[in-house]
Order: sequence, then structure tokens, then C-alpha cells
Amino acid sequence: MEQLPQQLINGLTIGCFYALIALGYTMVYGVLRLINFAHGDLFMLGAYLGLVTLMGAAVNVGISASLLIFLLIFTAVMAVVAGVGILLERVAYRPLYRAGRLPPVISALGASIFLQNAVMLIYGARYRTYPEEFKEVIPDVVWNLGGARITLIQVIMLVIALLLMAGLYLFVQRTRVGTAIRAVALDHDTARLMGIDVYRIIVIVFLIGPALGAAGGIMVGLFYGRIYFTLGFSYGLKAFTAAILGGIGNIPGAMVGGLLLGVVEALATGFVSDQWKNAIAFFILIFILILRPTGLLGERVAEKL
Amino acid sequence: MKDLFVRLKALGQHQGYAILAIVGLLFPWIARTDRWVQVANFFFIYALLGLSLNIILGYAGLFQLGHAAFYAVGAYTTAILSTRFDVPIFVLLPLSGLLAVLFAVLISRPILHLRGDYLCLVTIGFGEIVRIALRNDVSSLIFLAKVPGLRFLEGKLKDMVITGGPNGIFGISRPSILGFTLRQQWHYFYLFFAFVAFTIFAMRRLENSRLGRAWTCVREDELAAEAMGIDTVHVKLLAFAIGAAWAGVTGGLYASWVTVIAPESFSFWESVIMFCIVVLGGTGSIPGVMVGTLGMVVLPELLREVLLNIQQWRMLLFGAAMIVMMVIRPEGLWPSQRFRRELEAARERVAGAQA
Repeated sequence: MEQLPQQLINGLTIGCFYALIALGYTMVYGVLRLINFAHGDLFMLGAYLGLVTLMGAAVNVGISASLLIFLLIFTAVMAVVAGVGILLERVAYRPLYRAGRLPPVISALGASIFLQNAVMLIYGARYRTYPEEFKEVIPDVVWNLGGARITLIQVIMLVIALLLMAGLYLFVQRTRVGTAIRAVALDHDTARLMGIDVYRIIVIVFLIGPALGAAGGIMVGLFYGRIYFTLGFSYGLKAFTAAILGGIGNIPGAMVGGLLLGVVEALATGFVSDQWKNAIAFFILIFILILRPTGLLGERVAEKL
Repeated sequence: MKDLFVRLKALGQHQGYAILAIVGLLFPWIARTDRWVQVANFFFIYALLGLSLNIILGYAGLFQLGHAAFYAVGAYTTAILSTRFDVPIFVLLPLSGLLAVLFAVLISRPILHLRGDYLCLVTIGFGEIVRIALRNDVSSLIFLAKVPGLRFLEGKLKDMVITGGPNGIFGISRPSILGFTLRQQWHYFYLFFAFVAFTIFAMRRLENSRLGRAWTCVREDELAAEAMGIDTVHVKLLAFAIGAAWAGVTGGLYASWVTVIAPESFSFWESVIMFCIVVLGGTGSIPGVMVGTLGMVVLPELLREVLLNIQQWRMLLFGAAMIVMMVIRPEGLWPSQRFRRELEAARERVAGAQA
């Protein structure tokens, strides 16, 4: 039991990544009823772009580049991935809004294969790692919290993730555009009658989701120091599990679901078996869908139940 | 007399199949090289998988994205029993099918009430769990020994090997018919050919049977189907069971053909390929599955041959082609008439709602 606090902290860190990715799934599902299988790969693209630009900056500006440059790169990568997300929506999904349920699924899978192989062709099929010197940039400060170690980098990531999520929550709850997003998620036709440009809202959703996913990608890269081009599949599937856990289409739900899944997974690793942690995540997915398809916080009832 | 005429006409409708069958039977002579016969064998395996998934996804309209799990259960049943107890392959094939059915009934019963994307996710989850379980093998269950009452398991589980972990199982015996053991690629070609021919025949019968019509009904409108007195749960369960049976047998065939299997042969991407075969070809259509298999399995091989210098771009083009294909022809290459009408009706409904 002495490792419990440590596992909780590790779980919260991983959970933050899941939550950031889950938001993209849940928002797209909310407005389009579409599982954006390519979302995990957008996250992976973010991880690669982050690694490449941060290393480029390290070479050109020096390894101890300032916080300002770091934030600049962070936002730039988010913007680029958001651009790819919008492009994806325009090319692969928009022509299919009227084509029934199956074609968009295939199109999304195709987009996922495309992105994975594009990244593989550009950056190679091997693992990419952050050089060791990178770890020295962030001072190796460690706090002791009731027997658990928490590092500065973990704190920074938790803070960034929480800030992004709080920002999104306020945006969706308090602004006009946010209200429009919620309206479109409830009912396209009524939203259109209220004068909302539904396509514009969809584009905005495809801008926010991938941007948050990219942020998660950079952080996963920095935290583990190692990324690979199939990263998107496992993280994507688990992030979707998190979205379902919290209630699909529900934005705070995705955050709670992500954190919860991260903690459960860390506990499973610590107390059950590392080999089975992914299987445990999927068991949770299945049990939630069988017993409570609306998720923990969900208000939406699964299709015609 | 009239009866004879009708029969002749029916025979005429089948001449397309007859021509295909003759060309197919001659293929090993036409192809000459082992490599293309091997590609043809892959085509058959995936055609069988496509046809089996077509029951679940095409006829009954259940989004099943974890079909590789049933395939894996069949393949591992054959592999384990053949290497451990030396049971002949032709005894194992029905057994593989049966075990896949058992497994399918067990996992699909609690999830049948789910629809659309939810079912899709649960099946992905099951598919991954099966792959992880095969990869971990039983010895990884040692953590169970930590539970107070189960401590006795520790010694038993420690060195137990059943699935062979990430390395899988090798040395699976080859099938033999009356003392003749199949070894060459073209031996398997004819075995698989016979299986595909039988499957197509069975599927055509199934399509127009009472059960087949019940599936169509459930796919088009479940509420109406229920109102018509169709036991929807039973019918959907049968779709999973029959689809799994075929996938299980195909798994057994595959295992006895390649003689080496590993968990990675049954990954999520295998399920994606099967899913795409059905949807790209034309959901619910037997010729569609054939065309889809050509597109998903044979076309990449052809591309490899023709475009040697852009081989790396193969999968990239492939992903792009999937998107383009869905954008310009969402009903698939060779859809069944019925499914095309359903799509058109759906589109008109949407257009009507937006007007």
C-alpha cells in the first residue's frame, strides 16, 4: 500500500494526457455523432511536430531556450495541427454528412492510415527520442508528498493541462460560440433555425479538438521522452474510453473520465499487472457501455435505447 | 416444361459464376509462379473473412470492428490442438468454428442492445482484449495468486504456456486428405477455392432465407422488425454466431496454411481490413465482398509489383484511396440493390429535413 500515493500521482499525469485527447473525441462526437478515428493520429502528429521543432530550437537558439520560445512553439504546433484537423474535416468528412453511418467510419479509418504513414515517411519508422540534455533544461526539482515523488515537469504539465481544460470549459459555457457549439450538439436543425451556421461550428470543433490533442502530444513526448508513429492508436482508443467513461459529448465528462482512467490504469499497473493494463482499460470501456452507456456524467442517452 | 425453362434461366444467371469458377480453377497454371498463387490464397482467406463479416455487418447491419477476435479464436484452437495433441486438421476445422461460435455468443449476448458506434467500440475493445490475452499467455495471470484464496495457482501458472506469448505457435501440422498432405501453394489454392465456392453458395442460400430476410428487416428498421414478430435479439445473436463460425473455420485454415501464427496476425488492423472489404465492396453484397477483397488485398500486392520505387507510399495512397472512394461512391463498388436504395432513402430524408 505504500506505493498508493505514487501511483495516484502517476495516474493523474497520464490521466491529463487522456483528458486532453478525449476532449477532441467528445466534441466531434457531440456535434457529428462520428468517431474521429484520425484524432489519435493528429495527437501523434502533434507529438512529432513538437519534438522536431523543440529540437530545432535547441540547436539554433541553445538548449536552455527561454520559456517564451517554448510557449511559442507550443502554440505554433497546436495551430498547425488544428489546421490539419480543419483540412481533414473539409476533405474527408464534410462530403459524407449525408451518406449514412458507415462511409464516414471508413473515411476516418482511411485518414488515420494516411496520417500514420505520412508521419512514418517523413520522420521514419523508428522511435524518436528527446536527447538526454533536454531533461536538464527543466530543473530536477522533486517534492515529497506523503511518500510520493512529484517532479517539476509533472507539475508543469498538470498546470498546462488544467489551464487548457479550464479555458475550454469557460469558452464553451460562457461565450456565444460556445453556446452555439452546445446548441449544435443538441440538435442540428433547431440550431440552424436559431440562425447558427452549423458548418462553421463544426469547423471550430475541428479546430479546438486537434489543437488540444496536439498539446497532449507534445506533453506525452516530453514526459516519456520517446515517441513512435503508431502512438495514436493506443492513446486514441484509451482517450475514447475516457470520453465514454465520462459520458460522450459531455466536455467536463471527458476531463473527469480521462483523469479517472489514468488513475485506474496506474493502480492496475501497480497492483495487478503491467501486461494487462490495456486490457483492463478496455474491460472498463465494455462494462461502462453495457451497464451505463451514458457514462458517469452523461446526460445523452445512447441512440434509441 | 415451364419448370424446366425456369431452371434453365436460373442456370443462365449463374453462368457468371461458372465462368469465374473455370478461370479460377485454371489460375495456378496461368499464374505459374508460386508468388501469385500465394497472393490468390491470401485473397481466398480474406474473401472468407469478408463473407463472414458480411453476415454481421452487411446483412444484420451490426457494426463489428473486432472480427479478428473470432478469426484468432479459430486459428489458435487449431494451432494449439494440432501441436499438442496432433489432432488432424480436418477434425479441427469444425471444432475451431464451434469454439468461435461459443466465444461469439458469450461476448455478443450482453452487447446486442448497443447500436451503431457504441457496438463498434465494444467490438474494438473485445478484439484488443483477445490480442492482449494471446500475447500475455496464461503465465501472466500469476497476479491472481496474490488473492488469498488462490495462492495455490502460483506454482501452476508460473511456467504454463498455452498461446506461446508474443512469439505465437509454430509447427502447426498441414492438412492431409486420404494420406495426401497439402504442401505446395497450389494444393492450398484448391482447398481454399472449394471453401470459398461452398461459402458463396451457402451465403446465397442464407441471403434469401427466412433468417436472411429477418436480418435485412432488423438492419432497416429494428422497431418495425420487432413489431413484425421477429425476435431481434435472437436474430442478431445468430448473425454473430454464424459469422463467427465462418471466421473461426477460416482461422483454422489460415493456421494450417502458414503453420506459424502470432498475436500480431490478429491485430486491430486485420479487423479494419475486413471491415473495409465489406464496406468498400458494397455492404451486404457477395460480389461486393469479392471486389472489396481484390481492392484491399490484391491491389496493394499489384502496386508493390508495378510501382517498385514508390513502395513506401503504398499505405499512404491506400489511406487516401479509402477517403476518395467513400467521397465519390459511398455505397461501395458493387453494392446490393437493396442497400443502395436504403442509402438513397436516407439521403433523401436528410435532404428533406434540410430543405
